[in-house]
Amino acid sequence: MLSASASQGARRAPLWLAGLVPLLVVIAWYAATSLTGRFLPHQLPSPGQVGATAWQLAKDGELTRHVLASISRVLAGFALGSALAIVLGTLVGLSRTAEALIDPTLQVVRNVPSLAWVPFLLLWMGIDEAPKIVLITIGAAFPVYLNLVAGIRQTDRALLEVGQVFGLGRVALVWRIVLPSAFPYLLTGLRIAIGQSWMFLVAAELIASTRGLGFLLIDGESTARPDIMVVGILVLALLGKLSDTALRFAARRIVRWSDEGAAR
Amino acid sequence: MTAARPTIHVERVARRFGDAAVLHDLSLDVRRSQIVSLIGPSGCGKSTLLRLIAGLDRSDAGRVEVDGRAITRPDRAVGFMFQEPRLLPWLTVRDNIVFGLPRAMRRHADERVGQLLAQVQLEGARALWPRQLSGGMAQRVALARCLAVEPSVVLLDEPFSAVDALTRMVLQELLLAIWQRTQLTLLLVTHDLDEALYLSDRVVVMLGRPAALAAEIAVDVPRPRDRRAPELAQLRGRLLEALHLTGVDEATRSTISASDT
Repeated sequence: MLSASASQGARRAPLWLAGLVPLLVVIAWYAATSLTGRFLPHQLPSPGQVGATAWQLAKDGELTRHVLASISRVLAGFALGSALAIVLGTLVGLSRTAEALIDPTLQVVRNVPSLAWVPFLLLWMGIDEAPKIVLITIGAAFPVYLNLVAGIRQTDRALLEVGQVFGLGRVALVWRIVLPSAFPYLLTGLRIAIGQSWMFLVAAELIASTRGLGFLLIDGESTARPDIMVVGILVLALLGKLSDTALRFAARRIVRWSDEGAAR
Repeated sequence: MTAARPTIHVERVARRFGDAAVLHDLSLDVRRSQIVSLIGPSGCGKSTLLRLIAGLDRSDAGRVEVDGRAITRPDRAVGFMFQEPRLLPWLTVRDNIVFGLPRAMRRHADERVGQLLAQVQLEGARALWPRQLSGGMAQRVALARCLAVEPSVVLLDEPFSAVDALTRMVLQELLLAIWQRTQLTLLLVTHDLDEALYLSDRVVVMLGRPAALAAEIAVDVPRPRDRRAPELAQLRGRLLEALHLTGVDEATRSTISASDT
């Protein structure tokens, strides 16, 4: 009597398909550099060169230093931004007064381009960790905030009535019905936020830093080492994908109840 | 011996929404362990009346009492079955059933869930998610959730109207079996004349706007009843009369009976 869920219904495409495009890109890359010499090493380094540079950086601990610096900034900013957004989003989602008070301001702040914050934050907080983490906090907070507010607002009135029938008070209704029903929205917000965090991280590190993957990119540029830059870009892509996968995995474990959670 | 106090006592209630008076000066009593159906055209205030008794809505005038206590807000003694199951999708069947239990009743929750699932004949469903249930199964879980808090009265707002005819009959049997064991007081809103006659001790016809109790038919047919019993067919004729549906031409009438089966 079980209804067929989406994951059972749709046939899954084979996993190796995902590797096909990257493989073709590497082949084309190899062809354009080492094989034909169409691009010179100072324009576009070959896959082999990039691999060797990555190995070199990894071996002498440089890469680890930069990666750890970036990861800790992202985690700190993401955690702070999410926490702040969960508090504000819950308030605004539940109370029209809080919405009228807070939301218009946040909507204005949200529209400031990320890079516009950088000079101000540097001036204000110096060039230590603080301005970078604050910038990432700003970037992570908004997707969480917007999704959570939307999630709280879409709570089904019919389900709230179920709570009322059982005599739940306002606090219990929020805790046992509103927040659980908004939870998938929150997870969506968190996934967007982790992506934003990496984006804002690079914005911060490009401008003033002595370590981190953004610094690695700038360093590669100023020393005319495109191979280092490519390593930086690839590591950023990898870390972004990894953090997204981790969140998706966590989400799937937590929201097993929804069709979306069950699929994939 | 003094006359037993009615379990549900509705005294001269009124309810208006804006300019529209939906209920006016309406009274209704239901005795303990009776099954009473409210029947009437859509929008005549049946559901409004049910929501007043559930404490989900407040009347503008008059009194509502259950077991002698005035109802001004939802009360655990009054269970409510909605037209749709309204299960919480993030809880398993088991957790949906214990959702309404106050802390004091949680101690033996698992045992209780087992009994309730047996009563609604869903023994194997404990760990399932609502999205894995068919409409009929979900409504049975909703019934179990409603019974879990041991109400003395259950109000049912067209509880079986969203399932197919066969499932509906199965659910009706289930409800009767539970009623027989628990001696609950049931007040049911339905559009289905046959359902009303098959289940009820009394069928109350509501008509007009604001609604008035236009007729009341006692169904003195012993249980278990035969759905094909001529007495029920005869009473069905009286219900149609009370709903003013006998004088209309045959075409309209067949539309109406098609829509209520």
